[in-house]
Amino acid sequence: MLKDVTIGQFYPTGSVIHKLDPRTKLLFTTAYIVMLFCINNLWGYLATFLVLVVVTLISKIPVGYIIRGIKGLVLIILLTVTLNLFMTPGNVIASLGPFNITLEGLKIATFMALRLIFLIVGTSIMTLTTSPLDLTDGMEWCMRFIPFVRRYAHELSMMMSIALRFIPTLMEETDRIMKAQKARGANFETGNIISRAKNLIPILIPLFISAFRRADELATAMEARCYRGGENRTRMNQLIFENRDRVSFVLMFMMIGGLILTTMIKMPLIFPI
Amino acid sequence: MSVEIRNLSHIYSKGSPFEFQALNNINVTIEDGSFIGIIGHTGSGKSTLIQHLNGLLTPTSGTVLVDGEDIFNKKKSEMIQLRHRIGLVFQYPEHQLFEETVQKDVAFGPKNQGLSEEDVNNRVRQSIKMVGLNYDEVKDKSPFELSGGQMRRIAIAGVLAMEPSVLILDEPTAGLDPRGREEILAQIKSLHTQKKMTVILVSHSMEDIGRLVEKILVMNAGEVVFYDSPNRVFTEIETLESIGLAVPEVTYLMKRLKTKYPEIREDIFTVEAAKDEILKVIRG
Amino acid sequence: MTMEQKVKMIEVRDVQFVYPGNNENESVNALSGVNFHIDKGEFVGIIGHNGSGKSTLSKLLNAIIFPTKGDVIVNGLNTKDHEHLWDIRQTAGMVFQNPDNQLVATIVEDDVAFGPENLGVPSLEIRERVDRALATVEMQAYAHQKPHQLSGGQKQRVAIAGILAMEPECIIFDEPTAMLDPSGRREVMETIKKLNRDKNMTVIHITHYMSEIINADRIIVLDQGKIVMEGSPESIFKNVRALKKIGLDVPQMTELAYELRNAGMDIRDNILSIDEMVDALCR
Repeated sequence: MLKDVTIGQFYPTGSVIHKLDPRTKLLFTTAYIVMLFCINNLWGYLATFLVLVVVTLISKIPVGYIIRGIKGLVLIILLTVTLNLFMTPGNVIASLGPFNITLEGLKIATFMALRLIFLIVGTSIMTLTTSPLDLTDGMEWCMRFIPFVRRYAHELSMMMSIALRFIPTLMEETDRIMKAQKARGANFETGNIISRAKNLIPILIPLFISAFRRADELATAMEARCYRGGENRTRMNQLIFENRDRVSFVLMFMMIGGLILTTMIKMPLIFPI
Repeated sequence: MSVEIRNLSHIYSKGSPFEFQALNNINVTIEDGSFIGIIGHTGSGKSTLIQHLNGLLTPTSGTVLVDGEDIFNKKKSEMIQLRHRIGLVFQYPEHQLFEETVQKDVAFGPKNQGLSEEDVNNRVRQSIKMVGLNYDEVKDKSPFELSGGQMRRIAIAGVLAMEPSVLILDEPTAGLDPRGREEILAQIKSLHTQKKMTVILVSHSMEDIGRLVEKILVMNAGEVVFYDSPNRVFTEIETLESIGLAVPEVTYLMKRLKTKYPEIREDIFTVEAAKDEILKVIRG
Repeated sequence: MTMEQKVKMIEVRDVQFVYPGNNENESVNALSGVNFHIDKGEFVGIIGHNGSGKSTLSKLLNAIIFPTKGDVIVNGLNTKDHEHLWDIRQTAGMVFQNPDNQLVATIVEDDVAFGPENLGVPSLEIRERVDRALATVEMQAYAHQKPHQLSGGQKQRVAIAGILAMEPECIIFDEPTAMLDPSGRREVMETIKKLNRDKNMTVIHITHYMSEIINADRIIVLDQGKIVMEGSPESIFKNVRALKKIGLDVPQMTELAYELRNAGMDIRDNILSIDEMVDALCR
């Protein structure tokens, strides 16, 4: 039940992509997202699709697993498609009652859908191949280069890793409190939305109290272990760029170069927007 | 109220790679008015077993009969009525308190049973008294102002207020100091002797089990190893040790003394009984 | 510095601690007039019912809180001296009751590294310390596991390793076995005893289980914020009635000896273990 929820959705296969430095993957993903929003014709999408296929194959993650990630967001994709399809003014090619479908609308809708799907697939490949801990470390490093965020980089990543540490504990706790209240005759299965929400109070209050107690005890324990923020702190595992990361960077620049090329192609086959 | 566990098996996450058989063909009858102890190391299936008795878990196969009626094969409303008659107190039950006042928290169970306000109040008063606290003193306090031992007793009162015929307690003394432990156990004992309640006590303390219960259910790897009187169970020292359990210290002592005093009894598990036996045999 | 042969690890001088309330009536006097010291390498047990001031005392020793009156001196450093705060916390490590609420990281070895990382120890040395600490508590095999997959006893051993990696001279255990099952309790107690015996670690062990401290060098009994008894386990536990009166217990064998004496049997009153009882009865 609740225990089956996997946050971060890490899927270890031990592939080269899994072994890459998390910073490499974060930078690669960022470049990839920027790319997605620069693409302006079908060649670009074809190239991106190719990149995705190659990366997925190397990562050894089952394609079905990746597609499952899209399923969860299918509603958002459909909504975007419909809105663009009907709301874009231009040359009408078909009518559906009071709504008109335009050629421009069709183009935009198709591209938006592709963009969203590629975005979801691309980022989920990153989380699937990177353990939450590595991801946190990578993000801490990346945040150091962002002004304003820089000074909170350590705190943010510490908060993230504590959250990851306590999610399974709190899940188990929720399960136990739910059972204890059920044993006292609580009913979580029937009733309308309002009464159901009200029925959650006997679970939420104990859960909050417990979370605060844990936070308090953890803070004391951290202080007892000489925690005093990020200053002068060292790390046991330091992130080190290896050769495979260097190769990835070369590939990344090639990818960006390729993209710039596709934006310059003006093919009659495809309609530029 | 008697409880019969028939061919009960439970498999967690069946059909997934995490499949785990927690209970394997359990057959146990708990007679009306008895006091049963359940022992077994962590992961032996104790918690899974007791969660079947009031329908929190549904068996993979087999069933539970309460007073001869199958609690998993009935109309939902009747089943819920029946389950309310089996009260389950979880480990660290004070972690489930949530209301603003002690009165309201203890009333949660009986209110869910759909009782009238008057009945609810009567039950709250009685059950707070049953756990040895002063109703007028604590009723308007926030449960979170109370001491650890008092909070635990209020949580137990919250289950007692449903007037169960069978009371199951999962390690009710965990984390308390010696006096707190003693007080809780004394109250449980009086519920059994004075209210004639059937009590099932899950505990890691062989000393407590030895001096309180009439029958011990020993579990290991999801199966019943023994279900017998303390006299019989605690003389099986080797089997108990092989499944990570122990016997009370005085039982070990009697076994050691037997080499010098062959006539000394070994089926002893309380300080009181040990004293009498030593005085009888050694002092003559 | 001193003429004494024994070196003092911790000195508590006339300590009072008041939990401040909103007004004078609400403030709670948790400890008053507490005086004792602990020598290097000693194993001291502290007992007392809930609310007797044990936890307050343990937090004072680790400089998490500071005395309202009096001084706490750890390895020659006064906890009031804030510039030594981190040295004191590093010297006197602390293991808490709830195994879940003291592990910070998602991976066992990262958790053990947390303390030395905070101290700014160089990376390579942290690695060595973590490996050594995990070996001491016999948890190397679990270095890459997630804490929530471990048993209670294993989690507590990881917590102990986390303190060991800071290389303290003294560890304060605040009811580390209270939430464990008997096998977890055994694992943790064996680890604690081993640290004291083999590594000469000074141990302060706070507990409700009297059987855990029958081999301690000394026991301190707290009641209502004051030390009411102090001495060897034999000299403490023979006061069966006095201990029960303040809500405490005695080891089962001590209780049996006490009962036998009351029944007129000639048996010594300072028996703690089964071995001693067998000896006494089979003479």
